[in-house]
Amino acid sequence: MNLKSIAKRVHKIAPSVKVEEYRGCVRLSGELESWDLIYRCGVAAVSKGSLGVLNDIKLKGFREEMKKPSLRDDALEGKKPDVLIVGGGIMGCALARELSRLDISVLLVEKANDVATGASSRNDGCIHPGIDLHRGQLKLKYVLRGNEMYEGLCKELGCDFERWAQTFMFSTKWERYIIAPLMLLKGKLLGVPDMSFKSPAEMRKIEPHPPKWLTGAVYMASAGVVSPYKVTIALAENAIENGAEVSLNTVVEGMEVKDGVITAVRTNRGTLHPRIVVNAAGAYSDVVAEMAGDRTFTIHPRKGTDLILDKKKAYYALSSFARSYFAPLPKEAQEQTHAAVGHTKGGGVMRTVDGNILVGPNAVEQPYREDTTTNLEDVTAIIRKQKVAADELSTADIITYFAGVRAATYEEDFVVRKGIFTKNVIETAGIQSPGITAAPAIACDVREWVKEMLSARDRKDFDPVRKHTPKLAGLSDAERAEYIKRDPAYGEIVCRCEEVSKGEIVDALESPLKVCTVDGIKRRVRPGMGRCQGGFCSPLVIKIIAEHEGIAPEDVLKGDEGSVVLYKDTKKAAEVNR
Amino acid sequence: MKNYDVIVIGGGPAGLAAAESACKAGAKTAVIEREARLGGILKQCVHDGFGLIRFGEKLAGPEYAERYIDLVRALPVDTYTLTFVTKLVKSADGFSVTCVSREGMLDFTAKSVVLATGCRERTAKQVLIQGTRPAGVFTAGTAQHFVNLMGKLPAKKCVILGSGDIGLIMARRLTLEGAEVEGVYEVKPEPSGLTRNIHQCLHDFNIPLHLSHTVTRVFGVDRLTAVEVARVDDKMKPVKGTERIVECDALILSVGLIPENELAETLGVAINPFTKGPDCDQTYMSSVEGVFSAGNALNVFDLVDYVSECAAAAGANAAARVPCGECVRIEKGKGLLSYVPHRIDLKKPADKVVFFFRSAKDMDRGTLRMTVDGKEVYKKKFAFLRPPEMQRVEIDFSAFGLNAKSKLAVELEEN
Repeated sequence: MNLKSIAKRVHKIAPSVKVEEYRGCVRLSGELESWDLIYRCGVAAVSKGSLGVLNDIKLKGFREEMKKPSLRDDALEGKKPDVLIVGGGIMGCALARELSRLDISVLLVEKANDVATGASSRNDGCIHPGIDLHRGQLKLKYVLRGNEMYEGLCKELGCDFERWAQTFMFSTKWERYIIAPLMLLKGKLLGVPDMSFKSPAEMRKIEPHPPKWLTGAVYMASAGVVSPYKVTIALAENAIENGAEVSLNTVVEGMEVKDGVITAVRTNRGTLHPRIVVNAAGAYSDVVAEMAGDRTFTIHPRKGTDLILDKKKAYYALSSFARSYFAPLPKEAQEQTHAAVGHTKGGGVMRTVDGNILVGPNAVEQPYREDTTTNLEDVTAIIRKQKVAADELSTADIITYFAGVRAATYEEDFVVRKGIFTKNVIETAGIQSPGITAAPAIACDVREWVKEMLSARDRKDFDPVRKHTPKLAGLSDAERAEYIKRDPAYGEIVCRCEEVSKGEIVDALESPLKVCTVDGIKRRVRPGMGRCQGGFCSPLVIKIIAEHEGIAPEDVLKGDEGSVVLYKDTKKAAEVNR
Repeated sequence: MKNYDVIVIGGGPAGLAAAESACKAGAKTAVIEREARLGGILKQCVHDGFGLIRFGEKLAGPEYAERYIDLVRALPVDTYTLTFVTKLVKSADGFSVTCVSREGMLDFTAKSVVLATGCRERTAKQVLIQGTRPAGVFTAGTAQHFVNLMGKLPAKKCVILGSGDIGLIMARRLTLEGAEVEGVYEVKPEPSGLTRNIHQCLHDFNIPLHLSHTVTRVFGVDRLTAVEVARVDDKMKPVKGTERIVECDALILSVGLIPENELAETLGVAINPFTKGPDCDQTYMSSVEGVFSAGNALNVFDLVDYVSECAAAAGANAAARVPCGECVRIEKGKGLLSYVPHRIDLKKPADKVVFFFRSAKDMDRGTLRMTVDGKEVYKKKFAFLRPPEMQRVEIDFSAFGLNAKSKLAVELEEN
């Protein structure tokens, strides 16, 4: 590691920053007044010879308190799981399922009151082909493997998966003749399967409404799409069916590490003594790695905003596409896009597995790990940017939008490894985009490591198929009639926009990982995800949850603790009840 | 498989009126309603003021609905509740309707259909409100459901965005039921609701109305803790520096209704850009023969009495199945926001056409004028025109000497 040249690069940005080597890492410290400077210092400190960047520069006056459950009990006190997974995003849930193939005890802890509440429910669900990655990156290795796994995985889990492909569209001749062949060559070198060039005429067969400026496109048939939160929940449910435990509202507060071994993990629900800890803590994965004495990286949160459009616009994108960013736009389209969207080169227009059009995301660096607020500038900039590739996009078609925080490292790669300084920890950190694609493949490697470390054996009774009710609206009338015969509640439509029946909601309330909140039900079976955004069905969903759980409607929450929907009785109701 | 002459989709005030008149006209009629009870949104409109025109008395919403339910129940109309239409397709001699219900999948045929599917509310995201996604952001209709049908308060102290009628009514209701309404904010320079509601719901309760203001942002991670309000310029864009934080625990939105025509669109029904409902002739028939539109799905009305009137006509026409001919469009001129009908079918009776319109802006006095090939054929003066208030007038289009090549236009001139 050439610390001198690293220091020179960093000091060009901020002379006051202290640059040092610490356990094979480059450590930055000091205090600066702008997050942009801190971020740029971190980027400048990346070097091949180091284990990673520890960017400990403080932002002046900045404080973000981690969102924690207020719950305190001893439900987990003294537990000794073979493996403790920290974090219930797609990484943690994929791990829980893979590890439940072994004859060991697995416990996953998640601080929110559901899985998939962080980045795993706040992304576009793209199953990436891997073309934007580089040789030698862990991202590439796991994306290629993960992409291959998805079809089979979704079949086992009963989740929708579509290989609707991705296209990268060119607006100039030189891109068509220079960039396209280079991309195809890169694809070949990286091992990305099923790439081809498409002429505008061929593109029209794939996308009936291609942009007028199209000169050609690179077509990636291996790209797919899933519902990322549904896959995450399904992974967790199947893990539970196979004996894994999931403890929600459980936050890791600290660890005891003695002689390079984690001996205890403190949570709000008691102190545990796991044999192995797997860090899948997403935006907080560097914090958890630090607790485990194994930090070699820093998470710099990167927010992305996505827009969801009405299904009426679904005709507009049958696959997912983006405009090539190599050439400036043709003149007439330039005006619309003068505002650049963050530092992202990505983002595009895609059809979600549920049939909506999703537009975005952008990428904005921010110091907050949990700030998922949206801003008007982002929303309008995304529309403006993607309008170039899809000129019929309009803000009037937006039904909702959301933001998520990607857990990016300065090395811009995943950290998937056994502990370096601590023996019984495994890092699956920095799992940002394309983490949905990669997580199942990463989980397989971790399973093999755990198997070896614990001398574990495969369980013979592992059942990879998740028990579930299929989406009734997608069935034939005859199949649907069968379900209704079994239980008339399957014939009672609660959410008109997404055609969700009461029976499906009740099933979600009786699933292995039941979460009795409006958002929990929404993530599982979609009431409230349509164009009215729950205007009609949210009171009904609240009533169904209350009835099923035997609680009062005012005790039904929207999401996490504190997200009260209803208060006391109205004066009138109080009078009547008296 | 059951066969009907007329199937009415939607059992709210429009659907019930359409079914009543279709049945009285001799058609074998069915009403399909997705909710457990007939009556539509009126079930939760416990305030009064309904029925002054139709019944000559002031009724509460549920009472008005009950009158129509009784009228329909007295007739041989089949009513299907908790029944949801999943498919509506054109067949050789009409339509086939597939429904899902607790009894299973139901298949019907109908010679004509009346779509009385109502409307939905615009949401916070559709008016581009930013910030967090906490509990405590409700459309006024949803809040009304919680308060009036469940007896639960969704707010202790709230801000209401939009001065549409439901917003105003909810301001009063919430106040009466024990919540505090900090204020009503309206992005336009004038209120969107009926004048009587501004007085009875806001002034009488000392609730301030902030015109030319909007809510730009919500705060609070789990439950809403505050909203940011700002003044807007004449293009309705927030003015920098005028932002103000209002602490509250709920934001209630009354920012517009969208006619629900997703089912109509599956049949290829053309939508009028001004009403956002089906483009229709003087019998309320859409661009697809045999498909009629009624109520707020056709056009967002201000009074339920007008809904009933239009829907009854639509139902009778659906039963009569008058053959169609060539149509003359009523071209929209200046001064008008929207109107129904949008065209006159030359083969159908046109002597007593009820023409509903809204002015594009407030006018103390205005003249509604119809011209055929540039020549004035009709004019009528109106006083106190406001966009929220619909005007109703009967016009004899048969006296205009229309033929297939006529250019028929309507305008509203301010005097």
